[in-house]
Amino acid sequence: MKKQKKHIGGWILLLGSTILICTFLVNIIFHLFSKGIPVLSWDFIFGYPTDGMTKGGIFPAIIGTIMVTLITTVFAVPFGICCALYLNEYAGESTLTGTIRASIRNLSGIPSIIYGLFGLALFVQSLKLGTSMLSAGLTLGLLSLPYIITTTEESLKRVPNSTREAALALGATQFESIRDFVIPQAMPGIITGIVLTIARVAGETAPILFTGVAFYITGIPGSVKQEFMALPYHLYMLSTQHQSIETVRPLAYGTVTVLILIIFLMNLVAFYIRYKFRENE
Amino acid sequence: MNNKLHTTDLNLYFGQRHTLKNVNIGIPEKKIVAMIGPSGCGKTTLLRTFNRMHDLVHDVKITGDVKIEDLDIYGGSVPVTTIRRRIGMVFQKPNPFPKSIFDNIAYGLKLNKTPKDEVREIVEQSLKESALWEEVKNDLNKPANRLSGGQQQRLCIARTIAVKPEVILMDEPCSALDPISTAKVEELMLQLKKNYTIVVVTHNMQQAQRVADEIAFMYMGELLEYGPNQKIFHSPEKEMTRNYVSGHFG
Repeated sequence: MKKQKKHIGGWILLLGSTILICTFLVNIIFHLFSKGIPVLSWDFIFGYPTDGMTKGGIFPAIIGTIMVTLITTVFAVPFGICCALYLNEYAGESTLTGTIRASIRNLSGIPSIIYGLFGLALFVQSLKLGTSMLSAGLTLGLLSLPYIITTTEESLKRVPNSTREAALALGATQFESIRDFVIPQAMPGIITGIVLTIARVAGETAPILFTGVAFYITGIPGSVKQEFMALPYHLYMLSTQHQSIETVRPLAYGTVTVLILIIFLMNLVAFYIRYKFRENE
Repeated sequence: MNNKLHTTDLNLYFGQRHTLKNVNIGIPEKKIVAMIGPSGCGKTTLLRTFNRMHDLVHDVKITGDVKIEDLDIYGGSVPVTTIRRRIGMVFQKPNPFPKSIFDNIAYGLKLNKTPKDEVREIVEQSLKESALWEEVKNDLNKPANRLSGGQQQRLCIARTIAVKPEVILMDEPCSALDPISTAKVEELMLQLKKNYTIVVVTHNMQQAQRVADEIAFMYMGELLEYGPNQKIFHSPEKEMTRNYVSGHFG
């Protein structure tokens, strides 16, 4: 009887924690959406900021965020997957790979502002890419690499060794066994990890702050060497840096709503992909 | 007697652990050799030495010779993939690929660059040879993991013989199967012996007695006794062998 009581105590603690967290989350989202959704309109999403940003829309920021995220993906995904494949399939266990793994784990804990300053030093100045969409995309790529490598490696680890051995025993090379069986089986996990990571970095402000984001530009950048507007920075700016913060408050709520919706959408894509792959198995 | 496989003074270490100690064994052509011994005696390790399955383990060290006919398996004169095509392997747990029954067998043929028009025929032939054809001939496009455990294991055997190896290594092929499926696999082994050399690791004394021509008893990494089935079971030379085959330990 005493044991049972303890059990119930634990259960209440767990349920209580869950409810507490969900309350906060629901509260925040309700607050943001209730003020943000009324602002949303065709003109807000597809319009340009006007009248010193006190009116108009956020179209350049949406496009900027999407384009910089694409650059990040193109840069980080191939490198991340190759690195994870090397670590998990080829490198084996040694002091060297142990050190590499530990470094990667540590990199994922570094504050994003440090990535921003590093990107400023490396891409903007040393490599002379200037403050541009390319520099910002590459900086976000660096930020996302540790997450992509770690999640990819975890997915590769979940492929049982018997699968690799079955292919090898038939005379497949290690490369063929990885290409034909290991990667396809790990794919759902890899894609989910990538989409979740990209969704996370799409909302980052600090890494793009010094590397390419602009306060205001008149059009959509025509080349990756130009500066761009981005949702997270636009939001930061509207809510803290604008000369008449009270006037633009509704625009800030609208911006945050769009940003959250984009990230929700990406997460939804990740879940859908995982579901699709599971169905095929 | 013609030896298909043989080892000379084979030693194998996993890091500091000395797992195979001075093993000298000859596997006669077109016979079934069963390797028996208590868990951890090195029989599976020895089996996996023949098709270089230890290659992916990083701290493994092998000394001595392992040969298939006159070819040094670890000599490096032919690629490891060529050796694995000559020496196939069936694993303890059935491990079909997550593909259709047909594609499971066709995969090895694709690696061998078998012409497309011959694939279908070889798939059918391999399934017939592994006594699975009658059960699956109408479901070749069904996923292989829908088959029962016993059928999956016979599919793995079909997949192995499709690439026409000379030797088939079997690592406790029936340990995950029920008695009826086991009987089918054993029957199949006796059939396959006509064309292939078979080395089987087993924990099942009765199985060894039923299928093997030669029996190798291993203990603590050494090949303690090796001889004809009858002799090992009825008049072994060593006390240890007698105790093991009569079930006093293991």
